[in-house]
Amino acid sequence: MKQTFCVIFKKESSIIAVDSISCGPHCLMNVDLQTDATLQVDISDALSERDKVKFTVHTKSTLPNFKQNEFSVVRQHEEFIWLHDSFVENEEYAGYIIPPAPPRPDFDASREKLQKLGEGEGSMTKEEFTKMKQELEAEYLAIFKKTVAMHEVFLCRVAAHPVLRKDLNFHVFLEYNQDLSVRGKNKKEKLEDFFKNVVKSADGVLVAGVKDVDDFFEHEKTFLLEYHNRVKEASAKSDRKIRSHKNAADDINRIASTLYTLGTQDSTDLCKFFLKVSELFEKTRKIEARVAADEDLKLADLLKYYLRESQAAKDLLYRRGRALVDYENANKALDKARAKNKDVLQAETTQQVCCQKFEKISESAKQELIDFKTRRVAAFRKNLVELAELELKHAKGNLQLLQSCLGVLKGDT
Amino acid sequence: MSEEREPPPLPGAAQTVFPEPQDAEDLFVSAASAMESPEAACLSAEDISPSSNGPRDDDPDDLFAEATEEVSLDSPERQPILSDGPSPAITPVTPVMISPRVDVFDRSPDQDEDEEENRDTFDIQISVSDPEKVGDGMNAYMVYKVTTKTSLSIFSRDEVCVKRRFSDFLGLYSKLASKYMHMGYIVPPAPEKSIVGMTKVKVGKEDLSSVEFVEKRRSALERYLLRTVKHPALLKDPDVLQFLESSELPRAVSTQALSGAGILRMVNKAADAVNKMTIKMNESDAWFEEKQQQFENLDVQLRKLHASVESLVCHRKELSVNTASFAKSAAMLGNSEDHTALSRALSQLAEVEEKIDQLHQDQSYADFYLISELLGDYVRLITAVKGVFDQRMKAWAKWQDAQVMLQRKREAEAKLQYANKPDKLQQATDEIREWEGKVQQGERDFEQISKNIRREVGRFEKDRVKDFRVVIIKYLESLVHTQQQLIKYWEAFLPEAKAIA
Repeated sequence: MKQTFCVIFKKESSIIAVDSISCGPHCLMNVDLQTDATLQVDISDALSERDKVKFTVHTKSTLPNFKQNEFSVVRQHEEFIWLHDSFVENEEYAGYIIPPAPPRPDFDASREKLQKLGEGEGSMTKEEFTKMKQELEAEYLAIFKKTVAMHEVFLCRVAAHPVLRKDLNFHVFLEYNQDLSVRGKNKKEKLEDFFKNVVKSADGVLVAGVKDVDDFFEHEKTFLLEYHNRVKEASAKSDRKIRSHKNAADDINRIASTLYTLGTQDSTDLCKFFLKVSELFEKTRKIEARVAADEDLKLADLLKYYLRESQAAKDLLYRRGRALVDYENANKALDKARAKNKDVLQAETTQQVCCQKFEKISESAKQELIDFKTRRVAAFRKNLVELAELELKHAKGNLQLLQSCLGVLKGDT
Repeated sequence: MSEEREPPPLPGAAQTVFPEPQDAEDLFVSAASAMESPEAACLSAEDISPSSNGPRDDDPDDLFAEATEEVSLDSPERQPILSDGPSPAITPVTPVMISPRVDVFDRSPDQDEDEEENRDTFDIQISVSDPEKVGDGMNAYMVYKVTTKTSLSIFSRDEVCVKRRFSDFLGLYSKLASKYMHMGYIVPPAPEKSIVGMTKVKVGKEDLSSVEFVEKRRSALERYLLRTVKHPALLKDPDVLQFLESSELPRAVSTQALSGAGILRMVNKAADAVNKMTIKMNESDAWFEEKQQQFENLDVQLRKLHASVESLVCHRKELSVNTASFAKSAAMLGNSEDHTALSRALSQLAEVEEKIDQLHQDQSYADFYLISELLGDYVRLITAVKGVFDQRMKAWAKWQDAQVMLQRKREAEAKLQYANKPDKLQQATDEIREWEGKVQQGERDFEQISKNIRREVGRFEKDRVKDFRVVIIKYLESLVHTQQQLIKYWEAFLPEAKAIA
């Protein structure tokens, strides 16, 4: 489905650039999520303002609990986080992989570069300035598209999940057309979160140490731990590689400019030569930049996403592990209570609650983990195939440019 | 006729790399002390028509691409490239994979019309190879084998092999510059000294960077010699012949920075700089003004280009390293993935990335040896060209000074005549005659140098056009090759990715 975006860059109060682009379907990381007609969610529009991004969440649904069949609301990043956190804190959902929250839109680096460019305007030629400005704008646009995609994927995952899609908060998020008044966490709350995380990771280590009777879960535990670390490594390395690629493309840009100047100045036959080669490098540089961008999209983003998903899966295993430990402790407490014949009823109830909780989590967790694998394999397949196809397309494009230029240059001699 | 070279020494043959003797850094490479040389050695232009060389083999698997260059006059006969020579495989441990070095002097079989009349069949091949370390510690130095193969009559033998060290090359340049620069000949400058590079080599660090340094220097020395013999006047110079032929060469001590000659050079250089500022030349010839401006502009742009290309070389090396490390991490990821088909695909991805990293590395070598070194050479050559223009200015100044002196002598004579001192009068008349002679000589010298420069610049520009054309085409061909390989790799990977079930 097509979406159109209107991106407005605002610097103080003056507008630097207005661009309009249309993007294809964004559910890169998850395949087959848009097929259910009863609830379809997407981000149809987005606006980038000075320090925030406003997403227009568009819903189409035949479900009875919505007032209309099709409606849109405007949401900001904090509201997405609120929704995600509400899932995490809900005990009912302990047995599910909670779709990872989208990362915060981060335009700081890009904005900084744009500002530096503005400051350095006097020191470069008009052509160089225009070229660099265009590049920075393209970079800004790319980051913008990505953040929209991440937010959309989150919503799609929730909408596709048989249980989560029924969540009340989710419906409020989709439908309530006023501001949700969700403020970001203040310092105290952030500090609380930090300590909670520390406790949780310590506990996580403890819980992970408990061997599981169930082979399936034991295997999943070891697998996820290793997988998560390897994905982290691969994600970091792919980012570095892509950055080097961009640097090389920038160099070719500068070389093209200098060759152009040489071409205009030279008094010999070389002038035509230089101009032709300069033109060639301009074009090949654009292709190289696109190669880096595509690798970023198809490979780096894929790895980053599965880094977050594998963490969510690990969290699920942790919750199950915790429930198992609680259950075993409850059993021990019950035995002790029976031995002492004191508070037996209470111990029995506790034990039953723990047992139920544990079994409920185990049941859904197994299915979730199987689904996770299916989704993962499908996403990798889709992206690797597309990566290879794009690399081929660009290499062929490059080759054609180079060969035609060579033909002209050799013919001139 | 393909020349046979001696088979390369095996990497096992322990050629240890000995660094150069520690001359203190000679900061001033050009030793253009304007020594008056009596003969105006204006050799007639027996231009060497650049002719074909065998096509260089840019097979990336060719580890030990030879560095032999040929300059032959009989063009239709393309000399096939020589057999593989040794790369500076210094240590037995790692045979260094230095990517195909390019034959910068590859010439298409063009013949320029004005060189048609000088169609002697002569050819000369020079190669610099087999760097060897002699001595130990800080007094050690590198010795290179210089092989000359030629059918020219001025050489005593068909094939000569001599051993030379870096300071010998510098000494040769210094002699040639002092003999020819003041006549307006563009003498190709020798490669620059490098304290850092040589110290590492001396200290015996046989790692990749010192190996690369030696290779870079070897290649630069070879290009230097080839450019020198391409110049028709320099080819016949006895110092050049001695350099190429005689087994023993007096040590060029004067290239050391702190020697007497070195200090003299520094002083002269300073004096030149001052003179340059004070000489206000009335340029009557627009051609010279125009050319000087053009070379100024060219200098600026070439330096800028050189800097950008060096940055590209650096980033491509970085890209290669990062791709290799990503390949490893992808392989690890594939190992931990428990879905078999996906696991296999990820391993394949890792392999593709590994091959691509090698591709990037090869490309960066091409970037360097093709473009970056050529640009560096030309930046230095243009400095030599500017030097030659300066020499012309000095000649003009000398001529003007002589005229001023003559005027003074005439005035002195007039005064004496008035004062009626017959004995001093005779001396004055003699002096006037002497200075008249000097003025005439000055004018003749100035015109001669102007004529020489015009011819030299014409030759230089022609060479420049050819050099750049050839190199850029070679470079584009290397880029084509890289893209073709990329296509091959990704085409092999695509079915693997599609096979993930």
